[in-house]
Amino acid sequence: MKYLEKEAAITGIGVSDVGRPVNRSGLALTVDACLQAIADAGLNPEDIDGLASWPGRSDDHPGMSPVGLMEVKESLGLKLNWFTAGGEAPSQIASVINAAAIVAAGYARHVLCFRTVTEASSQTKNRRASVSGSGGKRVRGDLQFQVPFKAMSASQWIAMFAQRHFHEYGTTKEQLGWVALNARRHAAHNPRAIFQKPLTMDDYLGARNISTPFGLYDCDIPCDGSTAVIVSRKEEARDLRKPVIRIEAIGSSIHGRYSWDQYSDLTSMPAEESAEMLWNRTDLKPADVDVAELYDGFSFLTLAWLEAFGFCAKGESGPFVEGGHRIGLDGELPLNTQGGQLSGGRLHGMGYLHEACTQLWGEGGARQVPGQPQVAAVGVGGGPVSGCMLIVRE
Amino acid sequence: MTETGPLPELDPDNTFFWTSGADGRLRFLRCSDCQNFVHPPRPRCAVCRGENLSPQTVSGRGTVHTFTVNHQPWVPGMKVPFVVAIVELNEQPGLRLTTNIIQCPPEEVYVGQSVRVAFEQKEDVWLPFFAPEEGRS
Repeated sequence: MKYLEKEAAITGIGVSDVGRPVNRSGLALTVDACLQAIADAGLNPEDIDGLASWPGRSDDHPGMSPVGLMEVKESLGLKLNWFTAGGEAPSQIASVINAAAIVAAGYARHVLCFRTVTEASSQTKNRRASVSGSGGKRVRGDLQFQVPFKAMSASQWIAMFAQRHFHEYGTTKEQLGWVALNARRHAAHNPRAIFQKPLTMDDYLGARNISTPFGLYDCDIPCDGSTAVIVSRKEEARDLRKPVIRIEAIGSSIHGRYSWDQYSDLTSMPAEESAEMLWNRTDLKPADVDVAELYDGFSFLTLAWLEAFGFCAKGESGPFVEGGHRIGLDGELPLNTQGGQLSGGRLHGMGYLHEACTQLWGEGGARQVPGQPQVAAVGVGGGPVSGCMLIVRE
Repeated sequence: MTETGPLPELDPDNTFFWTSGADGRLRFLRCSDCQNFVHPPRPRCAVCRGENLSPQTVSGRGTVHTFTVNHQPWVPGMKVPFVVAIVELNEQPGLRLTTNIIQCPPEEVYVGQSVRVAFEQKEDVWLPFFAPEEGRS
């Protein structure tokens, strides 16, 4: 079988100013990131004929996704042959997963993918994108089975996954802490990161409780910022500015229950199924991966992705990260090299892909993984939301 | 009374579930063809695709599958701490409810704890909270 995502390449990346807040509109940030990505690829806006985003404009959740496709099209004068945005899709990098298929199918040659958040500037005391039901209205849909019990935040839902992992495998709070400490030490070398001051285990353990076992530093930081990525047909990519980064394999499965509480194994969730699909579409193995950017909207999710990808055995992610040696920049699996979302800010998924490309192009500066990394794994999402990607510098 | 978040909006599919506690009993949709409990309510059984589903009473007994002690007030004035748990019902593996454990100090909740439904009415809904089984926790 031919896996057509290998016909797609990432040719340019861009990121706007990131902050808490940045005093610019979501659209202005988006345009900054998009123009940067287009220039990075050596393209002009006239070359862009596809546009994709996740989850599309949403005015219900303040700052969660303030920018729609057509505002970007109109701002940049794009002539589009294909476009899509929607939230019911395999994770926050679904725009890129879709775009890979689209360029392979020939609907478009160069697809501009973006994700924008203005959670820092949009949230108020009573209205936060990350708190479901915070408007006080009656709840519909599947959230009706969580919100009445004051289970209104993903931090509570995912804290329960972590607690179950603790119960089944003996994982500890200190092990969880190494995900946060690792992110912070890498953020110190990322000028865009929100938190750059060193974090000690004492700081981590002494932070106020949010929802056990999660404390403050197990939870990522809402911010303002936009990330953009250009996906091109690989044959076109060879003539562009940068070395080709091929999309080697994608994973987008959901086989078990789509649910925050009914999924059979809450310690893995469908990340495991996505990663299994990914490995079925490549000859590469976990040991071939040079750098991993794994979702850390909450610290535990990184542990779940480590196991899902098979970087360690099921249940052994706690010991794997303990001490931080394996996951440092010079470790066997450099992890969340930009500081993740825990210290870098919640760019919501696309930041991991941006960083993976940065590393493969050797542009990481003080946080560059040594030895010219060639293969990067990106795993995005938490709970029933998951999608992943393996990318290779040719 | 236990403090709650925003209540569910009742509709033809969910009204049986949210009003089930009026007689003190917990009910789930069950497929009469393959006996699978279906939750949340859906028009078909996802196992056999049968459409003969009806609300059936369950024991109301289960175990704490996992839990969290919440300390963060998510909206101004929210009372903390409180326990959010996922309770697995005895009737079927994977048949679970997200709920609160009440009538129990937060520090005494544990994974595997035997619990039993304890309804509280608020406006037009009966919320299925869970409390430790007497003498068994």
